[in-house]
Amino acid sequence: MEEPVLSLRDATLRFADRTLWSGLDLDVHPGEFIAVLGANGSGKTSLLKVILGKNELSGGDISFLGGPVTHGNRRIGYIPQQKLADEGTPLRARDLVALGLDGHRWGIPWPSKKRRAKVDGVLAAVEASEYARVPISTLSGGEQQRLRVGQALADNPRLLLCDEPLLSLDLAHQRAVSELIDRNRRARKIGVLFVTHDINPVLDLVDRVLYLAGGTFRIGTPDEVLRSDVLSELYGSPVDVIRTRGRIVVVGTAEAPHAHPDGLHAAHDEHHDPGHADEYVREVKPL
Amino acid sequence: MVGTAMVSAAMASAATMGASTISAATADDLWSQLFNFDNYGELVVLLINSILAGAVLGLVGGLIGVFVMSRDMAFAVHGISELSFAGASAGLLFGVGVVQGSLVGSLIAALVIGILGSRARDRNSITAVLMPFGLGLGILCLALYPGRSSNKFGLLTGQIVAVDNPQLGWLVVIAVIVIAGLLVVWRPLMFSSVDADVAAARGVPVRGLSIVFMLLLGLSVAVSVQIVGALLVLSILVTPAAAALRVSSSPVVVPVLSVVFAMVSMVGGIMLALGGSIPISPYITTISFTIYAVCRVIAAVRTRRGNPGGGRTDGRMLSQRAGRETILSP
Repeated sequence: MEEPVLSLRDATLRFADRTLWSGLDLDVHPGEFIAVLGANGSGKTSLLKVILGKNELSGGDISFLGGPVTHGNRRIGYIPQQKLADEGTPLRARDLVALGLDGHRWGIPWPSKKRRAKVDGVLAAVEASEYARVPISTLSGGEQQRLRVGQALADNPRLLLCDEPLLSLDLAHQRAVSELIDRNRRARKIGVLFVTHDINPVLDLVDRVLYLAGGTFRIGTPDEVLRSDVLSELYGSPVDVIRTRGRIVVVGTAEAPHAHPDGLHAAHDEHHDPGHADEYVREVKPL
Repeated sequence: MVGTAMVSAAMASAATMGASTISAATADDLWSQLFNFDNYGELVVLLINSILAGAVLGLVGGLIGVFVMSRDMAFAVHGISELSFAGASAGLLFGVGVVQGSLVGSLIAALVIGILGSRARDRNSITAVLMPFGLGLGILCLALYPGRSSNKFGLLTGQIVAVDNPQLGWLVVIAVIVIAGLLVVWRPLMFSSVDADVAAARGVPVRGLSIVFMLLLGLSVAVSVQIVGALLVLSILVTPAAAALRVSSSPVVVPVLSVVFAMVSMVGGIMLALGGSIPISPYITTISFTIYAVCRVIAAVRTRRGNPGGGRTDGRMLSQRAGRETILSP
C-alpha cells in the first residue's frame, strides 16, 4: 500500500483534565475516504484542528506527508461547516474558487490565462460552471457548498478535511456534494477525513469509519464499527444499531455516560433518518 | 497652532465670499446660500487644495469602503470617527494640531476595536461603548477651547472649504500609506474577510491582517474627519462601497465603482459648495446618498427581471432564491 498522507501514532488530546481521545493510531492513505463520527464534544473537530496545526497533541505523534504538521499547510484542503455568504460579499462564484488557488498571496490578483484556465477546470470539476459569474451571496446553500469544495480542491491538496460539510443542506444537495468529494478523491488520490454527525449520506462512499466516544475510539469499515456490540462496548451501555432500507440508525446512546466539553447537556443525535426534516432540525438545534 | 490659524483665516475668507445671512430667508437668498457661482473660476483656483483633498479622499474612502462592507464594520467606522473627533478637539485645545490629534484618536480607537472586537457582537458593543465616550471627550475639549466656535463645529460637520498646504500634505501622505497598504494586503485581506477559517487554514495571517486593516481604517477615518466631519464620515467610507455592491459583485468592478462614487460625491460636493455659505458636508452626503438610492433602484429592477448582479441569465435565479429560504440553518 502507498505511504499514508497522514498518520497519527498513539495520539492523545486532552483539554484541562478531560481526555478527548487517547492512543489514537490512524493512517489516511491517498484516495482514502474516512468518516469521523462521534457525539458532540467527542473531539471530532478538535482532531481536524490538530491536523490543521491549530491545536497541539497532548501526547503521541502526528505526521503529514512524512513531516510535522504546520499551521497553514497548503497541501491540506479545508471545507468548514456551511456558512452562507453575506450580501455584501464582492465575489462571484469563480472568485471564491480562485481564492483557494492563490488567495494567500500578497497584492491584488492579476488576471492571466493560466489562472483563468485553472479556475475554469475546478468549476467544471465541481459542476459549477453554469453559475461561474453569479454573485455568491445569491447562490443557494448547496451551490455555495459546491464552490467551497472547489475552493478546497483548487490547489491540488493531498488531504481534504471536511467539517460537517453537509450540515443544513437538503437531501439532494447532501448527495451531490458527497459524490463530488468522492469523485475527486478517487480521481486525484486525495485522502479525505469527513467529520459528520450522520453517516447515512456517505455510507456507501466511505472506506473506513473512525468513531470517537467517551475518550476512546474504534476504526474500521462501517460494517466492522457500526454494530450494536461494538458501539455498546465503546459507550459502555447498551446501544442498538438498526439497519433499515440501506440506512443506519443508532438507538439508545442518549443515556450513554460520556462527558461534554463545555458542560452543555447535549442529546446524542448521531444517527437518525434524515428523511424527517423536522426531526432533523429539532435534534440539531440544541447543540 | 499655525495650521489652525490658517484654517480659521481661510474659513473667514470663504464665509465672506459666501456673503448671505440666514435671516433674509427669501427663496432667492436661500438659493444663493446653497448655490452661488459668482466668480466661480477664481474660487476654484483659490480652493484648489480642497478639491484635490476631496479627490484623494474619494480614492481612499472608495477603496477601504469595500473592505468595511465585506467585513461588516460600518458601525465600527462610526465609533472610530467619534474618537477621532475627540483627538482632533484635544489637538485643537492643546495646540498640537487638528490632524495630528485626530490621527492619534482614530488609531487608538481602531486598535481597541480591532483587538477587543474580533467577533462582530463584541465589536458592536465595544464600539457603542467607545462612541459616546469619544464624543463627550471631544465636547469637553471644545468647551475648554477659547478659539472660534465655527472651527469647533467644523470638526463634527465638516470644514467649509479650508485646506491649507501643510494639511493637504498630511492628507496626501496618509492617503498614499493607506492605498499602498491596501494594495499589498488586498487579496489575503479579501480572503480572510470572506472566510477567516479557510484563509487561516491556507496560511493567511488572519489576525495580523485584521490589525493592519484596522490601522489603515483608522488612518482613513482621520483624514476623512478633516473634510466631512466626524458625524458624516460614513458617507465616504461606507455609502459609495455599499452603492457599488448593490449593482455588482465583481471584485474588479466593485472597487472601481466605489472609488468613482466616492470621488464624484467628494469633488462634486466641494465644487457645489464653493460659492455658498454652507459647509460642504450636506452636498457630499446628498450626492453620495443619491448615488446609493439610484443603485438600489437599479438592483431592484434587475431582481425583478430575475437577474440580480447581472450574472445568471437563464432565469433560474428566482427559483434559486426561493430554494435558499427553505434550507435549514444550523
